Amino acid sequence: MDKEKMGKAIVITSGKGGVGKTTTSANLGAGLAMMGKTVALVDADIGLRNLDVVVGLENRIVYDIIDVAEKRCKLKQALIKDKRWDGLFLLPAAQTRDKSALSPDQMKEIIDSLKRRYDFVIIDSPAGIEQGFKYSIAGADEAIIVTTPEISAVRDADRVIGLLEASELPSPKIIINRVRVDMVKRGDMMSTEDILDVLAIDLIGTIPDDESVVVSTNRGEPVVSDDRSIPGRSYLNIVKRLLGEDVPMEDVEKQTESKFVKIFKILFGK
Amino acid sequence: MDLLKYFKKRENSKNVAKERLKLVLVHDRSDMSPHLLEMMKADIIKVISKYAEVEESEIDIKIAKSSDREKKSSSELIASIPIIKAIK
Repeated sequence: MDKEKMGKAIVITSGKGGVGKTTTSANLGAGLAMMGKTVALVDADIGLRNLDVVVGLENRIVYDIIDVAEKRCKLKQALIKDKRWDGLFLLPAAQTRDKSALSPDQMKEIIDSLKRRYDFVIIDSPAGIEQGFKYSIAGADEAIIVTTPEISAVRDADRVIGLLEASELPSPKIIINRVRVDMVKRGDMMSTEDILDVLAIDLIGTIPDDESVVVSTNRGEPVVSDDRSIPGRSYLNIVKRLLGEDVPMEDVEKQTESKFVKIFKILFGK
Repeated sequence: MDLLKYFKKRENSKNVAKERLKLVLVHDRSDMSPHLLEMMKADIIKVISKYAEVEESEIDIKIAKSSDREKKSSSELIASIPIIKAIK
C-alpha cells in the first residue's frame, strides 16, 4: 500500500439500538472486500459484541480490541482474516469488559494504525451517545447514520447528526433500513422523502425489509454476497456509491417482488 | 362521536408520525421543553397585558423551524397576539 495514501475510516452509528448498524457494517465491509478493497472491520460494541457473529467469524477470536489497547498483543495478532474474501479482516470487541475499558485516544491510535494498512476501516459503533459513541467516532473520517422509518429512530438520528456536526465529522450520510414497501404505499410508514424532509442530511441508500437478512445472519454469511437478495443488492449499491460510482437511488416501490413472482418461485423452486 | 373516530382512523398514520416528529424535533433541537414554553407564554402575556389589552383566547405562541436557512439558529419563537387596544 502506498505509504502516502491513508485508508478511510467510516463509523456506522445511529443513536437508536437495533436499527441495523452491525448488519450494515458487516455488509459494507464484505461488499468492499468483494470489490477488491482491503477492509478492517472494527467491532466497537465492547461488552456486547456481535459483528463477529454476523460476519460468521465468532469461533476464530483469539485476541480482541482491548487486548490491543492494553498492549497484551500486537494489532496484527488480533485481526482475523476472513477466508471467503481476500482483504476482509475483523478486529473483534471484548465480551467480558464494558465501554469504560476504551478511551477515545486509545481508539484513535488503533484506527490510525489500521488506516495505514487498509483501504477502508469500518467501525461498528454501539447504540447510545455516551462513552461507546464517543470512542467510536474518534479517528473516523466519515460517518454513516443508520435509521429505520420509525419515529423514535428518526428522532435519535437527528440527535446524533447534531452531535456529529459538533465533533467536526463532516456531512454524515444516512441509510434508511428496513423499509416496508407495502406499508409505505398504504401510508402507514414514512417514505424516504418524508425522512429526508425532516432531517437535513444526504441519503446514501435504502434497504428494504426482507427475510434474507435474517437467514444470512443465521448462517453468518453477509447478505451482500447473495445476488438474489434485494437487500444484498441494495448494500452492494451503497458500496459502489462509497467507491464513487454514480448509482441512482432505487425506486423503493419497485424494490420488492410482486406476490405473483413469489408464488411462481415457490411452485417451481428457485 | 363514533363517526369522528372513524374518520380519524382513516388519516394516514405516517402523516401523523411526520407531524409529531417535526414538532418533537423542534423542541429537541432548541432544548426547550413544552413545559418551559408554557411558562414563557404566561410571562409574555403578562408583560404585554401591561401595555395593551389582548384577546387571550386568540393568542398563539409557538416554537417553529426557522424559515431562513441562513440564520444561525434553527428555531424561532413565533408569537401571534391580537391587540384590542393600548392601555394608556
